[in-house]
Amino acid sequence: MSGADREFEDRAPGVGPDQLRTGDRTYTAGLLLALLATMASFVVAQTNLLWPPGIAVGLVVLAIAQIGVHLVFFLHIGSGPDNTNNVLALAFGVLVVFLIIGGSIWILSNLNANMMPMADMPG
Amino acid sequence: MTADAIAEAPPTDFAPDIDWGGPAPTRTVAAYGFWIFLLSDIIMFSALFAAYAVLSGDTAGGPTGRDLFDLRNVFIETACLLFSSYACGLMALSAEAHHRGRFVLFAAVTLVLGAAFLFIEGSEFARNINDGAGPSRSAFLSAFFALVGMHGAHVGSGLVWLLYMVAQVVAKGFRPRVLRRLLCFSLFWHALDIVWVGVFTLVYLMGAR
Repeated sequence: MSGADREFEDRAPGVGPDQLRTGDRTYTAGLLLALLATMASFVVAQTNLLWPPGIAVGLVVLAIAQIGVHLVFFLHIGSGPDNTNNVLALAFGVLVVFLIIGGSIWILSNLNANMMPMADMPG
Repeated sequence: MTADAIAEAPPTDFAPDIDWGGPAPTRTVAAYGFWIFLLSDIIMFSALFAAYAVLSGDTAGGPTGRDLFDLRNVFIETACLLFSSYACGLMALSAEAHHRGRFVLFAAVTLVLGAAFLFIEGSEFARNINDGAGPSRSAFLSAFFALVGMHGAHVGSGLVWLLYMVAQVVAKGFRPRVLRRLLCFSLFWHALDIVWVGVFTLVYLMGAR
């Protein structure tokens, strides 16, 4: 029995299950879903279809949805046992990204709010 | 427990047919290592995203996003990159199937769409700099050029890499080593599209409002 026959063989990121048979369809489905999310983002940003104060949140939701579509249909990151390593690495990456972006915005907006107004600066 | 008893009791009772032995194939190891690199690259981008998010309001009396961004252009750029990613997927499939003609065709489509993206972005940058809205104008524009320019630099180096990969396929054929490099390239290209989703949402769509 060679290594390639193992039942729980780890799968490389970017390689789909039985890719030669289902490949074209997977990519096409991903393309259509991503186009849908992109067009929805542009429509939401330029109209008042959403309640205006909620537009930013709506855009973030659509972006995360589209990133999910790209991960699943283009990068073939799945939830199967052959993908555990890929998903764990991704989860750690996402954690660090949220810490950096969220933390920076949080800390710097706090500093900004507590800064002395320019006019009152001792000069 | 004697040493013999330990040696005789491998923990495979629940799935006796599975061969646990041996390292993973090189293809899996190589692609996984590249996946780790891509995630670290995305973390590098997240620092630029954070800088942009913090500085996007600091225009120093200069032009704001609303003055500069042309969403029609951005939509065309987005479509170019998305279809380029799709063509890259089909290119990877053709390579796996050892279809040289289709591989070259889809590689050409990927290349042309990527170059179109870079051209549109480059002309936007040139127009901004000509209009006095270069990276030195304000903190907002410094962050904008750093983030979008870094993405553009990645796309540019991806195009060079793709040309090099086409040359390798033509010269060497679909050897396992070449196929591994192609797999890494397609991961890179799809990851750039993911970063662009963040760019067009955070920078352009939110900035143009």
